[in-house]
Amino acid sequence: MASGVMIFAEQREGKFRKIAFELLNIGKQLAGQIGGPLSAVVVGKGVEGLAASLGKFGAEKIFVVDGDLFANYSSEGYAAAVAAAVKQADPAILLTGSSTMGKDLSPRVCAKLATGLSSDCTKLEVQNGKLIAMRPVYSGKCYVKTQVPGTFPQMAAVRPNAYAVAAEGGGSGQVVKVDPGIGPDSLRAKIKEVIKSAAGKVDLTEANVIVSGGRGMKAAENFKILAELADVVGATVGASRAAVDSGYATLDMQVGQTGKVVNPNLYIACGISGAIQHLAGMRTSKVIVAVNKDADAPIFQKADYGIVDDLFKVVPIMTQEFKKLLAE
Amino acid sequence: MKIVVCMKQTPDTEATIKLTADKQGIEEQNIKWVMNPYDEYAVEQALKLKEKHGGETVIVCMGPDRVTEAMRTALAMGIDKGVHLKDPAFAHSDATGTAKALAAAIKPLGPDLILCGRQAIDWDMAQVPMILAELLNLPHVHQVAKMEMAADAQSAVCNRRIEGGEELIEVKLPAVLTCDKGLNEPRYASLPGIMKAKKKEIKAFTLADSGLSANDVGKAASKVQILEYMPLPDRPPGKVFKEQETEVMVKQVVKLLREEAKII
Repeated sequence: MASGVMIFAEQREGKFRKIAFELLNIGKQLAGQIGGPLSAVVVGKGVEGLAASLGKFGAEKIFVVDGDLFANYSSEGYAAAVAAAVKQADPAILLTGSSTMGKDLSPRVCAKLATGLSSDCTKLEVQNGKLIAMRPVYSGKCYVKTQVPGTFPQMAAVRPNAYAVAAEGGGSGQVVKVDPGIGPDSLRAKIKEVIKSAAGKVDLTEANVIVSGGRGMKAAENFKILAELADVVGATVGASRAAVDSGYATLDMQVGQTGKVVNPNLYIACGISGAIQHLAGMRTSKVIVAVNKDADAPIFQKADYGIVDDLFKVVPIMTQEFKKLLAE
Repeated sequence: MKIVVCMKQTPDTEATIKLTADKQGIEEQNIKWVMNPYDEYAVEQALKLKEKHGGETVIVCMGPDRVTEAMRTALAMGIDKGVHLKDPAFAHSDATGTAKALAAAIKPLGPDLILCGRQAIDWDMAQVPMILAELLNLPHVHQVAKMEMAADAQSAVCNRRIEGGEELIEVKLPAVLTCDKGLNEPRYASLPGIMKAKKKEIKAFTLADSGLSANDVGKAASKVQILEYMPLPDRPPGKVFKEQETEVMVKQVVKLLREEAKII
């Protein structure tokens, strides 16, 4: 009988991603509601020690798939690994992140286990012994509530930043090794190389604070003032499609329907009108601040706080005000 | 080479979405339907590859009669022919049901490459391509932003954007690739293209053709069940400051972020 919750603890280069700790937090809550243990699955090479550290964050059992074959992420290798861990642990619920890796991995695992998956969930709860998943659909114009009625595990991929990270405690988890029994021939899609962009920046999809610029930025070099504001508040700089298409910002900075979906605590939109495609990518931000000189810009209808003024006047003052506040 | 493109017809991004009274779906009248924008990248990529390597391109699409309009758009862009998965039994399939039906339609075509959009912009689940790959026992690369086919067309190197960088993935063909923005610039259909498209074949593919049963596809077979659609929670009206000294307005907002929103 399936019971408890298993989370996929995503790691890259021997370091857990923040989403792993977010999943441990919501996983613990759901395990309390549905009954059974909280477990984690860690896949990689030389990750056994790292895996054990999850005990402190609430994982009672940690299933580890470790080997040369898993040194890099691969959809086929990792899907086989997670499916093998699930077969051993028999969880009622399996959570992954809606990170790039989680989005790539989870449908493949779902197909292997012949179960159902809700992707990019913003809220999860248990009702009558079933996992109820909430997620935005139609560019965030409405939500849908789904469940996986008849198969196990009930799978959900959780949007980064939807939940806080698990608190570190004094627990210790039991490490269980799992062998998915696959060879090198089973990997037909393999990472050849990873190209890193500027180091030290938190990715938009994981950022707690985002400062974004739109067409109103007028030129690529003007993004400098957003970078200065971002430095002060520990933010990542984003952009609207209009800014990317105008060549002011790069494609990896684009927030919106054809860019990244972000979920920060604070989103500061500068010179962004608020087209539906942009809103689709940032609507779930907890607090939205809009700066635009056009009082009729649709972004003001979505903003918690708005300033109708020239962003080139507002942003430098805002940077100074935040600096003063944070120095207090 | 033989390239299959999976396409979905979705509401236009600008469409107003109204829920049905029973909250089990959306009102479909007055919606403008378009080819899913990410699928345009898949169509364009198929056409580019055919121009270089020769072969045949097929568009595969599931849905009611209205989807043939989007299929004709793909044919007008230059795709050779279409397969329309058309059967009331397919309606309301979840990702697994859809992938099973697509797999049944695609397998006999024996493609070297299956191209999909990164996700459909209606439900944004991004599951069907990966489930399809697993069902067909093929590798996949998700969110391909750049693609380089090997000279022997037996493999390809794909770039995909990840958090903080990019991955270069080498994949053996046949494979399923999902196409992301940046891969190419989708062409517009030309007038001669539109004329030619009218004569191109769109073959119907039914549940009977698929060899599947009602236990595999449709609403009853769904592993993911819709409980209800919900409107957006009301967002209380924001506080918008205007027609004051810039410094005064900024100070107020910064103060509110700390004291009211408690976010800084």
